[in-house]
Amino acid sequence: MSSADLTSERDLTPERETSAKGDIAPERDGPRDTGMDDASLHRWLARTWRTPPGIIGALSSVDHKVIARRYLITAFLFLCLGGLNAVVMRVQLSGPRRGLVGPDLYNQLFTMHGVTMMFLFAVPIVQATGIYLVPLMVGTRNIAFPRLNAFSYWIYVSGGLFAWVSFALAMAPDVGWFAYVPLSGPEYGPGKRADVWAQMITYTEVSSLAVAVATIVTVFKQRAPGMSLDKIPLYVWALLVTSFVVVFAMPAVMITSTFLILDRLVGTHIFNPAEGGDALLFQHLFWFFGHPEVYIIFLPATGMVSAIIPAFARRPAFGHLGLVLSLIAVGFLSFGLWVHHMFAIGLPKLGASFFTASSMLIAIPNGVQIFCWLATLWDGRPVIRTPVLFVFGFFFTFVIGGLTGVMLASVPLDLQVHDTYFVVAHFHYVLIGGSVFPLLAAAYFWFPKITGRMMSERLGRWHFWLAMIGFNAAFFPMHIVGLWGMPRRVYTYPAELGWGNINLFISAGAVLFFLSFVLFAFNLVHGALRGAPAGDNPWDAGTLEWATSSPPPSYNFARIPVVTNVEPLWAERGALPVATGLRVDVRELLVSTVAEAYPDIREKSATPSIWPLFAAIAVGATFLYSIFTPWAIVWGAAPIAVTLVGWFWPKGDPEDEE
Amino acid sequence: MKHRASIAFATAIALLLQGCAGWQSALDPKGPAASELAWLIWFFTGLCAVVWVLVMIALAMPLLMRSRLHADPLVLDAGADNRKLRVVMIAVGLTAVILVGLTLLSFFANRTLAAIGSDAALTIRVTGHQWWWEVRYEDATPSRILTTANEIHIPAGEPVRLLLTSTDVIHSFWVPSLSGKLDLIPGRMNVLDIKADKPGIYRGQCAEFCGAQHANMGTFIIAEPRAKFDAWWNDQLQPAAAPTSDEAKAGGELFLKRPCVMCHKIGGTPAGGTVAPDLTHVASRQTLAAGTLMMSRGNLATWIADPQGVKPGSHMPVVDLSGDELNAIVAYLEGLK
Repeated sequence: MSSADLTSERDLTPERETSAKGDIAPERDGPRDTGMDDASLHRWLARTWRTPPGIIGALSSVDHKVIARRYLITAFLFLCLGGLNAVVMRVQLSGPRRGLVGPDLYNQLFTMHGVTMMFLFAVPIVQATGIYLVPLMVGTRNIAFPRLNAFSYWIYVSGGLFAWVSFALAMAPDVGWFAYVPLSGPEYGPGKRADVWAQMITYTEVSSLAVAVATIVTVFKQRAPGMSLDKIPLYVWALLVTSFVVVFAMPAVMITSTFLILDRLVGTHIFNPAEGGDALLFQHLFWFFGHPEVYIIFLPATGMVSAIIPAFARRPAFGHLGLVLSLIAVGFLSFGLWVHHMFAIGLPKLGASFFTASSMLIAIPNGVQIFCWLATLWDGRPVIRTPVLFVFGFFFTFVIGGLTGVMLASVPLDLQVHDTYFVVAHFHYVLIGGSVFPLLAAAYFWFPKITGRMMSERLGRWHFWLAMIGFNAAFFPMHIVGLWGMPRRVYTYPAELGWGNINLFISAGAVLFFLSFVLFAFNLVHGALRGAPAGDNPWDAGTLEWATSSPPPSYNFARIPVVTNVEPLWAERGALPVATGLRVDVRELLVSTVAEAYPDIREKSATPSIWPLFAAIAVGATFLYSIFTPWAIVWGAAPIAVTLVGWFWPKGDPEDEE
Repeated sequence: MKHRASIAFATAIALLLQGCAGWQSALDPKGPAASELAWLIWFFTGLCAVVWVLVMIALAMPLLMRSRLHADPLVLDAGADNRKLRVVMIAVGLTAVILVGLTLLSFFANRTLAAIGSDAALTIRVTGHQWWWEVRYEDATPSRILTTANEIHIPAGEPVRLLLTSTDVIHSFWVPSLSGKLDLIPGRMNVLDIKADKPGIYRGQCAEFCGAQHANMGTFIIAEPRAKFDAWWNDQLQPAAAPTSDEAKAGGELFLKRPCVMCHKIGGTPAGGTVAPDLTHVASRQTLAAGTLMMSRGNLATWIADPQGVKPGSHMPVVDLSGDELNAIVAYLEGLK
């Protein structure tokens, strides 16, 4: 698109806006931002978009930034809890036949560690980052379906509380985060532990499905004028692809957990081989979700890397199109490799080889991403700030994880290392290296936007080196001890096997790694209270979230920006062109076309409401009750229906009724 | 200084090799399948290490550059970007070639592994239980079928076919120095062929999480020369040795009167339970409780007196016995060679 086109579009936009809505009777129309002076515009928008005061107001908030902040803090707390689980396990394993915890507690510990890290930390935190950033990056005022978004947070919190309260009551699941039947089935999983797993999974997946839907609609329909598909920031692409993966993967695990609780509670025999069921069906269903899950966690992290590298390499990402196509390819391919988690079940040889090939194949788009990022960095010496350090840490560790992933893709090789500490090492390199390090980079990078203050660079460097050394000391030796024959999920091991010293070393590394997060937490609090003021765009980055103030106002942008480049702030150094014509006395958004982001219609955005919280409480109570009796679904339907009626009750807005 | 460094290096290598020489290590193969796999592991590791080093060099390059970054991030050097594109294309092409190579390599390795046991003469059925292994030697003659537990004797140098299944939850059979692992799944039968090149004792353990005592579900493969193996089989087919001392006789009677008899079998006595390990020749085994304790009089007493202390959560109940009764039962079991 030439610059001449853009200029004309810039001029045209406001007129198109107003004329598009010419059918609304003028007397019903409120004040618009067209031609309004800045001071009164801010006053109008602040009053229209604010979160109401008071505790009820806070609980009713539908502001995507408020919800995202809550999500981020909650997920970080769960990270700390999951990390504490790990520390206890590492103390227990620091020597042979240690007696700190017995098998009953240990099995709950590693199950809670896995469940917490996967379902209560990793997925929510990448989605929460998206909830915060995507509306800002696409230049809109709020996420699509803001009440659904608020609902998702309450559901997530209640799912997390459910799991951790049951842990406090010593009735946490003890069957591993993938809870294979028959171990988790009615016969071998007595008590309520496996039921807690099943319903807690269903809970958190409802929440992440809701966020995925909101994200997809925001990206497709609420982009700022001019942000055609080729100008969508890579981070937003990553979240879009992730959201589609969520939409297709999560139902598989919800079916798995629902089948499981049906077997346990209703007496179906879906997974019971003695009655014509199949124990392996569980594994297929679970991993059909479980492998995409890895990419649900990893793809947003690649988006973060794609956002941070250009800011510090001082150029747009090299191979933008290649990066987007890789994201989409990874999204598709991630559904074709689930069987490599099941190579040890005794597969037909040819079928297994097919999954070797497909698992190898996914390394190609991932390789393309790595090479494009490296090429982006080759323009010159980047300024090394903490986000860059963590991006370098990401390369250092994630590439190891990716390469051991290639090893695991080989069927024969996998049979030696499957379910050993080699695999534990592999997936921590992939998940921590590939996702947590980019998340930490993102934390340092976007913290100024969220709080308006910088985090300490000096503490950041300490944090980085402590995390890198601790992480590698803890997880690299696990490759070796796995090859020496140590299976995962053992609460103890005999001294004769000679695993004692190396495990002591691993435990020391794990404690260091945990301490790095304590330092990080301190840096977060210190930065929020005492950090240097950041200004709107401390890194001189190019995407739209840096165009608004730090922290952004409740309405995000006073006037909706018009996008002329994939890095709009670099292209428009003076002032960003804007589109006007939105009403300021009601919450109004600009809805644009999917491909060209041509301004299409003005649309109301939902106002704050307490009903999503009530609905989440009703859903939560139903789920909780349903671990005891299937009748919970029947009795729970009534309060859920009541809360949904309250949620969707029409407000008598004349425009809505037309 | 240099000397000291070389000593340190030699020590490190020695430690590493010592680690490799563990009796449950995939890097210390003692059979053809494990050898093939160890070779595959080293090949993949070497290749991956090279790739990793190359990526790290590419990552370090910008840090070593002198040139400053552009003042205007949107002014790009088209020539430089074209060169980069070529490098990226070559790198992607190489990645694809390596991946295809590795895929073919694992395919052929799989074929090699499948061929190892094609002429196995001996078939052993291994059934997983929470948390022990039932081992049944199949034979065309019913009277020669032998059931034992946890320790699998095999003739060295011969391929042996293991039929793997489970009666409760999923377990996984894994003896790293002989072969990769394979799951024991209720309602299914998996086939694993193993071969030990030389006589020796090879440790393995359950590799699929199977509940409270997953950690203490060990097994041993004891490879012996053919003659010794045949002799062992014949010995094991004999009914239990009759107790000799008075104490052991009393122990034998107690065994039948106490709950022990409900679960355990002792050939040649009325004890015929099948839900727990066969004890006909229990004292001929090297370990107790699936590799948890070494076989000894003291450990037998410990295990019977406090099974939940040794293996918390195990299905072996605490049986209320006086000191004398415990001693008698231990004396009896100790004689079951």
